[in-house]
Amino acid sequence: MQVSSVTNFGRSGLSDWLIQRVSAVILLLYIVCHSAIILNTPEMTYALWRDLFAGTTMRIFSLLTLLALCAHAWIGMWTVATDYLTTRMMGSKATLVRLVFLIGCLAVLAVYFIWGVIILWSV
Amino acid sequence: MLVSVYRYNPETDLKPSMQDYQVEIPGGKDLMVLDVLALVKEQDDSVTYRRSCREGVCGSDGMNINGVNGLACITPLSEVVKNDKLVLRPLPGLPVIRDLVVDMSIFYKQYERIEPYLQNDDPVPAIERLQSPEDRAKLDGLYECILCACCSTNCPSFWWNPEKFVGPAGLLQAYRFLADSRDTHTDERLANLEDPFSVFRCRGIMNCVAVCPKGLNPTKAIGHIREMLMERGA
Ligand code: SF4
Ligand code: SF4
Ligand code: FES
Repeated sequence: MQVSSVTNFGRSGLSDWLIQRVSAVILLLYIVCHSAIILNTPEMTYALWRDLFAGTTMRIFSLLTLLALCAHAWIGMWTVATDYLTTRMMGSKATLVRLVFLIGCLAVLAVYFIWGVIILWSV
Repeated sequence: MLVSVYRYNPETDLKPSMQDYQVEIPGGKDLMVLDVLALVKEQDDSVTYRRSCREGVCGSDGMNINGVNGLACITPLSEVVKNDKLVLRPLPGLPVIRDLVVDMSIFYKQYERIEPYLQNDDPVPAIERLQSPEDRAKLDGLYECILCACCSTNCPSFWWNPEKFVGPAGLLQAYRFLADSRDTHTDERLANLEDPFSVFRCRGIMNCVAVCPKGLNPTKAIGHIREMLMERGA
């Protein structure tokens, strides 16, 4: 008996699990990096802040983090939805509710990602 | 002592209720919870529960004792009773057949799914398949499971997805056969567990480890399965 996983885009549980952990590390690194920069800058000005994000390395790092965030959020929300928005918990309407919820999540993440890219490239 | 027992007969009762019994506990020794249940049944023989071996071997009297899953026959009152009150409920998350008796079908189905028997495609040897003492030692802490379901019914992931998540008891046995040097179906076994539910619904909160009456550690076994899946995927 194989458990079907149609709704998670055919990814395996293993890759989900790995992505979740790798993306968490990326997010943590990003936070630590920025905290360190802010704490080590006596007076943060607009010009400094702008320069910081204009560099290619930072741009790639930010983009990677944005990707990690979206992947992390998607896997997390998919997992939450398949735990709580199930036929077992709420009857036959569950499949529709879950679908709507997940499409909503996808839409928010897509907007968030595109918006993020636009911001990064506008610097 | 006040003993409060979960009562439910799906055929006649609209909903479950708790019924209280005043039980005289004989002094001088530390009774087991199962002994107290016998005293309750003397008062009211409609109280229903399963038991067989009364020494922690058969796994039939798993229940929720003052909020914690355990085997009634090997749980001493001194360990669980506070304020002279004992509350007995069925194992959580499974359909109740009657009072403290639950329907374990889904639990056994998950056990069946991991194919809990040795599979070996090599020619059958004349006498027996040998195993080194070291390889045999790898099965310690795995084979002792008595399938009482205390762990799986204490696992939130099993409550939410009992049809898809194998649960700690089943996964402990899945690893028991993955770890067996005489089994040659490792790859098929792993392929059956790779989806996002069967193994990966485990969040490692160790609720299972906390209640296992045999002192086993399903979380550790699940960790080993994950490692094997990772090696296989790499
Ligand atoms: S692992 Fe422990 S708690 Fe779980 S079924 Fe086996 S003996 Fe019972
Ligand atoms: S460690 Fe995993 S299997 Fe054990 S109770 Fe937690 S989620 Fe369930
Ligand atoms: S009666 Fe057999 S384990 Fe308790």
